[in-house]
Amino acid sequence: MNRFPNMLGPEGCGTAAHFSRRTLLQAGAGLAWLTPLSRLLAASSEQSPAARRRPKSVIVLWMQGGPSQLETWDPHAGKLIGGDVKAIDTSVSGVQLADTMPFTAEIMDQVSLLRCVTSKEGDHERATYNMQTGYRPDPTLVHPAIGAVMCHELSVDGVEIPRHISIFPSEFSPKGGFLGNKYDAFRMYDPIGPLPDLPKRVGEDRFEARMADLDILESSFARGRRADMEANKTLHRKTVERATTMMTSDQIGAFNIDEVPQAIKDRFGDNGFGRGCLCATQLIETGVRCVQVTLSGWDTHANNHQLQSARAAQLDAAFSATIKYLQEKEMFEDTLVLCGGEFGRTPKINPAAGRDHWPHGFSVALAGGGIRRGVVLGETDPEGGKITADTKHAVRVEDIHATIHSALGIDFTKDYQTPIGRPMAICQGEPISQIIADA
Amino acid sequence: MWLKNIAFIALATILFASLANWLLAPPRVEAIDTPLIVADASMLKAKQIIDAQFAEIWERDDLKPAPKADDLTIARRISLGLTGSIPSLEEIRLLENRPQEDRLAWWVDHLLEDRRYGDYMAERLSRAYVGTENGPFLIFRKRRFVTWLSDQLMANRPYDQLTKELIAESGLWTDHPAVNFITATVDQDGTKEPDVAMLAGRLARAFLATRIDCVQCHDDNLGGDLKQSDFHELASFFSEAQNSFVGITDKKGRPYEFKYLNAEEETTVPAQVPFNQQLLAEQSGTLRERLAGWVTHPENRPFARALVNRVWAVMTGRPLVEPVDSIPLEGSFEQGTYPPGLEPLVDEFIASGFDLKELIRLIASTEAFQLDSRAEHEITSRHEQTWAAFPVTMLRPEQVIGSINQATFLQTLNADSHILTRLITFGETNDFLKRYGDAGEDEFSMDGGTIPQRLLMMNGNLVKERTKQNFLRNSASRVAALAPSDEVAVETAFLCVLTRRPTEIEQQHFVARLKDTEIEANRMQDLEDIYWSLMNCTEFAWNH
Repeated sequence: MNRFPNMLGPEGCGTAAHFSRRTLLQAGAGLAWLTPLSRLLAASSEQSPAARRRPKSVIVLWMQGGPSQLETWDPHAGKLIGGDVKAIDTSVSGVQLADTMPFTAEIMDQVSLLRCVTSKEGDHERATYNMQTGYRPDPTLVHPAIGAVMCHELSVDGVEIPRHISIFPSEFSPKGGFLGNKYDAFRMYDPIGPLPDLPKRVGEDRFEARMADLDILESSFARGRRADMEANKTLHRKTVERATTMMTSDQIGAFNIDEVPQAIKDRFGDNGFGRGCLCATQLIETGVRCVQVTLSGWDTHANNHQLQSARAAQLDAAFSATIKYLQEKEMFEDTLVLCGGEFGRTPKINPAAGRDHWPHGFSVALAGGGIRRGVVLGETDPEGGKITADTKHAVRVEDIHATIHSALGIDFTKDYQTPIGRPMAICQGEPISQIIADA
Repeated sequence: MWLKNIAFIALATILFASLANWLLAPPRVEAIDTPLIVADASMLKAKQIIDAQFAEIWERDDLKPAPKADDLTIARRISLGLTGSIPSLEEIRLLENRPQEDRLAWWVDHLLEDRRYGDYMAERLSRAYVGTENGPFLIFRKRRFVTWLSDQLMANRPYDQLTKELIAESGLWTDHPAVNFITATVDQDGTKEPDVAMLAGRLARAFLATRIDCVQCHDDNLGGDLKQSDFHELASFFSEAQNSFVGITDKKGRPYEFKYLNAEEETTVPAQVPFNQQLLAEQSGTLRERLAGWVTHPENRPFARALVNRVWAVMTGRPLVEPVDSIPLEGSFEQGTYPPGLEPLVDEFIASGFDLKELIRLIASTEAFQLDSRAEHEITSRHEQTWAAFPVTMLRPEQVIGSINQATFLQTLNADSHILTRLITFGETNDFLKRYGDAGEDEFSMDGGTIPQRLLMMNGNLVKERTKQNFLRNSASRVAALAPSDEVAVETAFLCVLTRRPTEIEQQHFVARLKDTEIEANRMQDLEDIYWSLMNCTEFAWNH
């Protein structure tokens, strides 16, 4: 049903994006109406290795609260800063992880690890903003989160559901910022059962009658008002149309994991975060650009080791299963997986056996398309000192953003014109060349 | 014993009857015995100057303005702007009983005396004063602050006095709620003291409509005159404010140290204001008191401009100068620096002794406020930009939920509503706001609606609960049961939800829909469907 034909803009289904190279190639082997040259160009562009390897989607495993690098990615067992942690060997020789992460240790050869990430924000809200947008908070404007930039920059391929999704969103859910709230992440929770607000409340007949009523009311409202009111301002009917498309789309099956065999759920861990990661892979497979899955509870100012270990166990199962599952589904080359939180935790253990906020050297893991495998850069200072810009392998938050954009083929130096009239580059960092895969 | 029984039955009957009376009685309309409202001469003169400025721009740009909107459309705007919800059916009846000539002036006065005005305006203004975050635990009491602000607005406390208290008040956050302006910035993880930089930024934006925080880290490199030192010298006024067990106090002489960009070491930053330095009082009182005196000085026009621009925006959905907290410090209407209306509104606001209610009355009376958003001739974006047609703006989430609740209740939902109704409404409001998404501090963004918002309106619980068959609560069911004819039922539904009567085409369509019903019991269902459609159309979700 399309009540408002021609209302779908460049992001909608049934638009130019449907006539992509792939669609054209699939349209018929002969493609008689294409000249031989253009056929050759279409085919060669489709098969170029660089194009094939370029990731299309990002899964962000977001560790809200600030995970301790020392209890996860960068153990210093036996040292003063190490606390009660033990270290285990991984599939990369010479690289150890905390014993809380045995499954991840097995697949470390698929992952790149940054152990000297620094930021200037030590408050949860500000640091989350910083990590999610690549910019420090600025009272004059709100920067778009990475998923919003992706949706803005990369085209749609017949996706009928939101392309930027946050599973278990924290209070700081990723936003479209100055790109507009249509790029805000769609918020959802445990992927069991139908999404709330998605099923119609009435039968098909009544729904049809209601939509016919809406048509009457919408034409009344349009009469005498700006001709471009809908197209350039309210987008109301378009949004109703997209919401209705979503309600009736087959793709909404990707929002729940009810049909997935229990054995697979168990691999991810049959807990909220595990189910969220499994759902994320389904959403990516459906064509969603960016899914963030949040695991909260890392803010361990007291009783650090025990609390971090419990969180790390969930992360370990879900992270490793996500990587393996993407590989089994042949989606690993097309998907970039990022795992990190807003900051790390202090090397020094406080009197309550906790660790406090530490933006001066923490760990972030990346894996998948566009990222080199098995590379580990830097380490937490063994004496507990701050990582500075001069420290070898020190990485800034914006550099991680530049790396992701670079892997996705987004020209991150491009300026956006912001509402305050100030041009703003998509990202101000430098790609981390050591972890970018060769084209 | 039987006497006791009779007494009990009598009491129960009376209780039941009064309950039924309260629940079922149609809205009461009070008699019109108050005299006509006459605007005072100074306000009329200001209105003429404002209208003339707008007319000048329209003529210059060769724009034919839209005609004046009808009374109900304007009443809806005023109601949304002052109470955050549409008028109730009860209020529409009251309004239409007033004589035509003072209907709208009466409506503004009526709402300014309604507690909903204080609460809603306080909520909107507080975003500029203390932000939208939860703020520091214990020492920041948002609700206490907003309630205090609401009290001040209801009492129509002169805005300069109110502002002075916000900037310079001392004491505990509970019994001196104004100090929450200061405590909202206390850095709990670090210094445990108020954040002077954040305070300077907020002060400049909220009270001076100047984004001086742009120069916090470096001099203005976008063509402005402001220097990094301007920001920190302003921040220095807050350096004496300290957080102690007796609340916020001032420690005389405490210096503010800061290391400027490219400087070798920290320096003591003197307290100085960034412009209009001649208005700063000599050494007297605390630094914060001196600052408050300067900010609110009648000759410090940015102060009045900031408030005028914000109140205009709250009332219309769009500020005169965008963004709302960034107005050029110098200029005039004649030079084209300021839009029509701004300076005459500022003049009148200052002359009235910073009388906020008077400002609201004046804004509501202007021609620009009262123009329609549609016309027989072509309306373009240029018409909206210059207020030659009323700009269509998206309602804020709390306006949407306020309107859903009000549209589905025949009587007015205000401080007089039954406590149960208010409690239920409060709980549902919070849940809805969470799902619909709060606009945050960026109050006047020009975004369109989102898919989750549409899904929530189309399939969500609140709209279902408020439109389903429920004779006691929901106006859809009551209209279905009580309206003497289909025509009246459709008209009443339109008045309740869209604050207007249906057009001929709409009347035909919806009456036919009702007449089509063969089974009597389906009439309530039909009204439920009609309410659903009315709440899901563009017109309901936008101010127009």
